[in-house]
Amino acid sequence: MPPRKKEISSRSPGSSEIPRMEDILSSIDSFRQWLKERSEPAEVSARFLAERAAALDKDIKAFMRSDVAAVMARSKKAAKAVQNGRLNGVPIGVKNNICIKGALTTCGSRILEKFRPPYDATVIEKLENEGALLIDGANMDEFAFGSSCETSYFGLTRNPWDLSRTPGGSSGGSAAAVAAGEVVAAIGSDTGGSIRQPAAMCGVVGFKPTYGRVSRYGLIAFASSLDQIGPITRNITDCAILLEVMSGYDRRDSTSVNQPVPCFSKNLSRKIKGVKIGIPAEYFSVGMDEKVRKRIEEAIEVFRKLGAEIVDISLPHTKYAVSCYYIIAPAEASSNLARFDGVHYGYRDPDAEGLIEMYTATRSKGFGAEAKRRILLGTYSLSSGYYDAYYLKAQKVRTRIAGDFKDAFGVCDCVLTPTTPTTAFKIGEKTDDPLQMYLSDIFTIPANLAGLPAVTVPCGIGENDLPVGLQLMAAPFNEEILIRMAHAFERDTEYDKLLPPVSGKGKEADEGLRR
Amino acid sequence: MKNTGKKKTITEDIVRHAAKLSRLHIDESEIAKFREQLARILEYITQLNEVETKDTFPTTHVLSSMKNVFRKDEPAESLSVEEVMSNAPEKKGNLFKVPRIIGNP
Repeated sequence: MPPRKKEISSRSPGSSEIPRMEDILSSIDSFRQWLKERSEPAEVSARFLAERAAALDKDIKAFMRSDVAAVMARSKKAAKAVQNGRLNGVPIGVKNNICIKGALTTCGSRILEKFRPPYDATVIEKLENEGALLIDGANMDEFAFGSSCETSYFGLTRNPWDLSRTPGGSSGGSAAAVAAGEVVAAIGSDTGGSIRQPAAMCGVVGFKPTYGRVSRYGLIAFASSLDQIGPITRNITDCAILLEVMSGYDRRDSTSVNQPVPCFSKNLSRKIKGVKIGIPAEYFSVGMDEKVRKRIEEAIEVFRKLGAEIVDISLPHTKYAVSCYYIIAPAEASSNLARFDGVHYGYRDPDAEGLIEMYTATRSKGFGAEAKRRILLGTYSLSSGYYDAYYLKAQKVRTRIAGDFKDAFGVCDCVLTPTTPTTAFKIGEKTDDPLQMYLSDIFTIPANLAGLPAVTVPCGIGENDLPVGLQLMAAPFNEEILIRMAHAFERDTEYDKLLPPVSGKGKEADEGLRR
Repeated sequence: MKNTGKKKTITEDIVRHAAKLSRLHIDESEIAKFREQLARILEYITQLNEVETKDTFPTTHVLSSMKNVFRKDEPAESLSVEEVMSNAPEKKGNLFKVPRIIGNP
């Protein structure tokens, strides 16, 4: 089915035409307008939205489960505490590795199947302080190890654009839920592209903030020198609002940086004339789908037309990014995952007799194959005799990769690349070949290694009628330039209005529930 | 021990050793598959040796502004014991219960 451009329906009061739910949910602003007009108790709209999301999710399975009662309980609490929050009643999906007090937080793993955190992550507090309606349980690759959502212990998520394809990963549930119009926005985590790659493959906006910009207190750790939490939204305005809400120093996260948070949503429309965009030759020399290349070249022309200056740059160590990442990330993961031992929380094998046997049986039954692969790889690269050759070497190459960007930002304000080399791949296509799966993150990994902010925005349609993502990266703490550039691009192209065909089902679910 | 990582391929015994260090049991039938996958990944990763890094410092904090962070050692509110224990697979009163540590059962 060909993608369609959304028609903006008129919502003048008294109009007999019922606005389509998918239009209402397409931005924070239109949603809040709708909510205001309904003037009903918060629980009523919360129930409607939670039930609608569950109904829409039957094929896509963006969420691991549906707990309408818990969503309603949170809504009740929020309605009492918050009067005029910026996100009042706005349904926001939460990746299942971010702790919500009392909600199942599984990380997509059997080992945390029954884990209910006794505290809220900082970002959860911040979103609830603005009145957000949190829908928990967005699906993910186990412990965020993967690029397709296929390693989740609780089953796979399908891409709303084509149900035979993956939504990308690891925040695939968050991206699919936003693309399918189940929620207005979602939050995910990005260690090597886990927000941007699925956002690109589902045709939505995904933002990885600068390392240290958003507190990770309450995010179940994967690779601590790389992890960042960020928003996934339908458009860049919503992205700016969420970023503003989520950012800020937090003493409970020692990697949180004490930097003032700019008003990201205020300077959206500033002109981009004269802004210098760097185009790194290395990102265009690797294998990439032809239509992806074409869309990116068109995007460069759009920016040129809008008055930006295009400069050729070089990031010579780009080809080493995946190697570097697949030493550092599994090494840190193997260390972070040592805490899952069946003692304090999570699954415990009930039959093992001695302590060591209990540890081993618990971890062997609790972790899936990709988690085991990464733990083995990380343990090996950190083990005696191999540390210098692998981990230390990778940390040095990481310095060089970050150095490339430092040099580049001497001559340009931001860097433009594709987000992924291909559009969404088929379910099962890469599951037997871990290395091929890893290489699908080739363009997103460098920003994590260098700690940079990076955004993906929809950039039209590529191979197999699937969305293409355009990535922009900037110097640390320069999120503003990314938002401004992305906003100018979105306004000119209106690619944010391309929706997957499946979201038409929203109308049926909507009408069915209203009766 | 110095190891350049070059040409050296991972053996099944190394997989078993890493599994032991990781407290993972890998079925013998799966050892070969894990070895092969890890060998392919490591083979790809040896390209890092192309980069001359003699005078390069390793990255420990990606942002140069970051340093060790210390807080004052002051009492503050924390989770209650009930909350902390609420996810324990097995407990006895306020204690986490584990299987026998010393000696054979």
